[in-house]
Amino acid sequence: METVTITMKNAPALYLEADTISPDAFAGKSATQIAELPVFEGNSPSTLGKYFEISGSAGATAADTKIVVRGDVKKVKYIGFKMTAGEVVIEGSTDQYVGAWMKGGKLTAKGDVGAFAATAMKGGELIIEGNAGNYLGAAYRGDWRGMSGGKILVKGNAGSDIGMYMLGGEIVVNGNTDVHVMTHAEGGKTIIKGNAASKIGGQMVEGTIFVFGSIDVMMPGFKPDGEVELEVDGTKAKFARFIGDMGERHKKKKGIIVYGNLYKKI
Amino acid sequence: MTKTITDVICPFCGTLCDDVEVVVSDDGKKLLEVANACVIGTEKFLHSQSADRVTKPRLRQEDGSWKTISYDEAADYTAKLLAKAKKPLMYGWSSTNCEAQSVGNEIAEVAKACCDNTAAVCHGTTLIAVQDIGLPTCTLGEVKNRADRVIFWGCNPAHAHPRHMSRYSIFPRGFFTGKGQMSRKLVVVDPRCTDTAKMADIHLQIEQGRDYELLNALRVALKGEWLPDTVAGIPAEKIREAADILKSGRFGIIFFGMGVTQSLSKNHNIDEAIALTKDLNEYTKYSIMPMRGHYNVTGSGEVFAWQFGFPYSVDLTRGFARYNPGDSSSIDLLCRGEVDAVFTIGSDPGAHFPISAVKAIAKVDSVCIDPHITPTSGVSKLHVPVAFNGVETGGNCYRMDNVPIDCRKVVDPPEGMMTDLDFLTMVCNRLKKLKGVA
Amino acid sequence: MSELIIKNGYVFDPVQGIKGDKKDICIKDGKIVDKVGSSAKVIDAKDKTVMAGAVEIHAHVAGPKVNLGRIYRPEDKLFSCTPTKGMERMGGGASIPTTFKTGYEYAKMGFAVAMEAAMPPLFSRHVHEEIRDTPIIDEGAFPVFGNNWFVLEYLKNQEIENTAAYCAWLLKVTKGYAIKVVNPGGTEAWGWGLNCLTVNDPVPYFDITPAEIVKGLIEANEYLGLPHSMHIHPNNLGNPGCYETTLDTMKIAQGIKPKNKFGREQVLHLTHTQFHSYGGTNWGDFESKAKEITDFVNKNKNITIDTGNVTLDETTTMTADGPFEHHLTGLNHLKWANCDVELETAAGVVPYIYSPSISVCAIQWAIGLEIALMMKDPMRCYITTDHPNAGPFTRYPRVYKWLMSEKARKAQIDSFKHKDKVLSQTVIGTLDREISLYELAQMTRAGPAKSLGLAAMCGGLKPGMDADVAIYNINPDKPVANPDDIEKAFSRCAAFIKSGVQVVSNGEIVNNGNKRTLWVNVKAKENPQVMRDINEKFVKYYSMTQANYEALGHHFVPNPYAIEVDATN
Repeated sequence: METVTITMKNAPALYLEADTISPDAFAGKSATQIAELPVFEGNSPSTLGKYFEISGSAGATAADTKIVVRGDVKKVKYIGFKMTAGEVVIEGSTDQYVGAWMKGGKLTAKGDVGAFAATAMKGGELIIEGNAGNYLGAAYRGDWRGMSGGKILVKGNAGSDIGMYMLGGEIVVNGNTDVHVMTHAEGGKTIIKGNAASKIGGQMVEGTIFVFGSIDVMMPGFKPDGEVELEVDGTKAKFARFIGDMGERHKKKKGIIVYGNLYKKI
Repeated sequence: MTKTITDVICPFCGTLCDDVEVVVSDDGKKLLEVANACVIGTEKFLHSQSADRVTKPRLRQEDGSWKTISYDEAADYTAKLLAKAKKPLMYGWSSTNCEAQSVGNEIAEVAKACCDNTAAVCHGTTLIAVQDIGLPTCTLGEVKNRADRVIFWGCNPAHAHPRHMSRYSIFPRGFFTGKGQMSRKLVVVDPRCTDTAKMADIHLQIEQGRDYELLNALRVALKGEWLPDTVAGIPAEKIREAADILKSGRFGIIFFGMGVTQSLSKNHNIDEAIALTKDLNEYTKYSIMPMRGHYNVTGSGEVFAWQFGFPYSVDLTRGFARYNPGDSSSIDLLCRGEVDAVFTIGSDPGAHFPISAVKAIAKVDSVCIDPHITPTSGVSKLHVPVAFNGVETGGNCYRMDNVPIDCRKVVDPPEGMMTDLDFLTMVCNRLKKLKGVA
Repeated sequence: MSELIIKNGYVFDPVQGIKGDKKDICIKDGKIVDKVGSSAKVIDAKDKTVMAGAVEIHAHVAGPKVNLGRIYRPEDKLFSCTPTKGMERMGGGASIPTTFKTGYEYAKMGFAVAMEAAMPPLFSRHVHEEIRDTPIIDEGAFPVFGNNWFVLEYLKNQEIENTAAYCAWLLKVTKGYAIKVVNPGGTEAWGWGLNCLTVNDPVPYFDITPAEIVKGLIEANEYLGLPHSMHIHPNNLGNPGCYETTLDTMKIAQGIKPKNKFGREQVLHLTHTQFHSYGGTNWGDFESKAKEITDFVNKNKNITIDTGNVTLDETTTMTADGPFEHHLTGLNHLKWANCDVELETAAGVVPYIYSPSISVCAIQWAIGLEIALMMKDPMRCYITTDHPNAGPFTRYPRVYKWLMSEKARKAQIDSFKHKDKVLSQTVIGTLDREISLYELAQMTRAGPAKSLGLAAMCGGLKPGMDADVAIYNINPDKPVANPDDIEKAFSRCAAFIKSGVQVVSNGEIVNNGNKRTLWVNVKAKENPQVMRDINEKFVKYYSMTQANYEALGHHFVPNPYAIEVDATN
């Protein structure tokens, strides 16, 4: 694997839209060519090289390319946008749309990330060592096809609206989440190891949520359905099981109605 | 001598009453009396006659004082501001006509700006919900002629849309509702005991922040499924009773406002309310309608949509339209320090935005188009007064149910005062020259 | 105004019976003329096909439900918007394009005229604002009448004269073009959540049947002598077995003769016929009845149709058939928008994905093509997709490809997951007809123009007609190597002249044109009774005053073109 290191040298006055910071955009290019990749500060077009020091060179393909992002990128959006393979490591915190629409590869953010990370994710792995903003792994506005594959791990806390319209894949939050988890979901799995707030699994058709900590207020649409012993992400425990959202439509598979499942650790 | 102008449209709120009558002086220069409008609408017309109106553009000086300048100079300043900016925000648009909104869009396209309207602090969350789940709705005449179940959820029309109940929702004797309010059952959901709640057949005094849960519970009740003992402070039996009342009507309508659009859950509240409406259509006929605030915020949404594809929070900075509230929405743009110039028109963000957003407006170069002196003009660098839309100039507007009504001019503006349409057209032409565009 | 001459092209003009002759087309002052001077600008159409500008007879491109579709589908614009480019304004929307994109895309395909298929009269100002903001192409809009309270009451009492007077008034006040009927009676029933699925189901309260509504509106249309006929979307759209309702509807037109001064020969135009040609009793035994429908239309020459071809795309359905949309959301569970309009109509919007791997969608695709291939008279069958219902209008060139190339059809059929079912439930596999360029010109230009009563003005290249001329990169002298070339050629014309001004050059917009709004101005007999009824309903039942309903100032329709009709007898 070839590594390209980009280091912020010239902070933008406004915010930088750098959707070209991805293994797919870098693949097959030299440092000089990478420096020419387009970026935008508002409506003002520029190049990556005007803001970043670029060293190293990319692999022949995305899969062979690793990108390390250094310096203060708190005002940089779209890192890892639409990536399909390869690796990206952000050595600090960054802004919105990290790994948005990603299909593969591995993206690690060593700090916090802003809103809309992993929008409509289809595959790959996203690791956030700090906190995630709102709309993690959610669908784009209006689209009923949200995250459908891949794995997200947030070591800190996450914001609101995670996994909205989720269809598949997995989100794990080691810390707490804000309101609205897997709203409208039709598949997929979310594990919250800290506390969830409320509005968990609202309008859920199918899918699974595990909450290890507290839930402030349960959705009335989740009906108690006994207790069960499970091993979840390495933890063996007893969970109270709820099925729902009973206010929502549900499909039949092999003659049996399939509900969404909410497990709360006892 | 005087003359009476009839079929006048009131340019204040989304009720867009069009039966107002205005008495003006024979020479059309003085507005004397207003009939049929509510207190707020009457004042909208009458206050245009204030003797102390700002009638000329004024530019903030270094020492903080204002200097009067010409419209010509104001147009130059505005065009230059927009031409130079890397990410200007053009906000407001809700208290002006569609013709002006359209020219504003052209300016935003040439300037590669972000443009947004007051839905950003109001029913923008409704639009997000509509985008996620749809919208079964109707025109206000359908309510008048058919509705026998009326629900006001998180809104207080007695105060905010004073003639709504008499023109459309509670009192009128329509084609199938000859008994007027006796034909209708009113349900009000509000944590407070408002004047509207006092009129209700049922007032569900909901626990704040739990509208999403209560709406969910109503959907569960309709399906006859298990409910916990209490939801949102309302006992389960009362919820089931409410569900039965809703279900037993032959035409129901849910009206809603800021109580649900801008409280905890925001768009999700509306989403679940729309889902409830959809569920009720399995049993009877139901619609849902947002109580739009500004008289032409709906119009701004319509014009943005047919020209750019999105109803608000439109980002044109890349030369094509993008949309994602949270990224492209005004308050986020301002609070995060994303914009370097602000242009406001037909709105008062200075009064309605969080203070950190208002401070952000004060920090950058800005223009405020408004006949009034407002908190927004207070923090702006250039203040351009224009004629009152719907009073001193006409133009198309869209009611809360999306029905278009062409506002009328009833009286002349003060001598020498421009309309926003004319001023925007000047700005557009100058901006195009600066950008070298045809 | 300037003179233009298009030289060396192969001309296809059904109005003059020109079937591919090499001919020069001369233009002066916005009209086709016999000859021009030597200083005329030359456009070389060597090795290219030349036709009149196409005429879109039915599409949903302007108005409240179209915009509701735009508002509620931001995902329709994701990653697919086009930037501002010179004089071309930015555009977006894969299935529901913005107004600028609509005008440009039609112009780039060589379309001169488009008819907005359904205008709710209360919203006429909205429809006209969008029409005004759609560049280049001339447009008109059809107000809807089939669920209108005035029409229901007058026709219940069999008062044709009063119905006609009301229609004339409404066309004038909304600057409308024709009498459009959608799900007659059923959409008023939908005001109570009900529907009318056969032509004999009575409308709740109004107690009139769809058959009576249809008959009455045909009679009112002929009484007035309007340029177009009654244009109908029959009851029971989209349901297995619905072809019987379609036949019942068309039978109403039997024996009625057209009366007009515009050369129109039909009294009923059946729209998006594909959706109305279904047999079977459920989605399992769903089959095509295109043969039964086209047999009837072939025999009954006072009917014209348009196809409503399915293009196998993700698209958005939108129609004034409110109950149908509610039914559709029940099937696919996608977001449902609806708007009932007081005293007049309703509309519904639901996204839909016509997936080639679903047998029903593949059969629908086949039915649309069967209809076009089994209709004997191309002057009475027009190609549409009921945009955006069966597919976006930008897919017309793909539909032309399927109609003009059996090879392309076979390739598509072979690619279907349920190919066998498609072949067993339809006759598409047996049809080897290939539509010729001349027939295409009939089905997309001369035919729709004639049906609309615009035969003197557009759809042809006869001197005196409007100079709307499209030049395509297709050489009729060379056999088509690859059917995809047909699609490519018709997607981007080499040049398009609209009203004598070149607006498209090599697929690019070079001029924003000066579009007109076509509407029908009926001079009718004074009818104080109808005026009193109108007055009364505004006072009592509408939520807007009559004066404000009638207000349609110049700023809404800045370049009107009125077709005058004298119905005073």
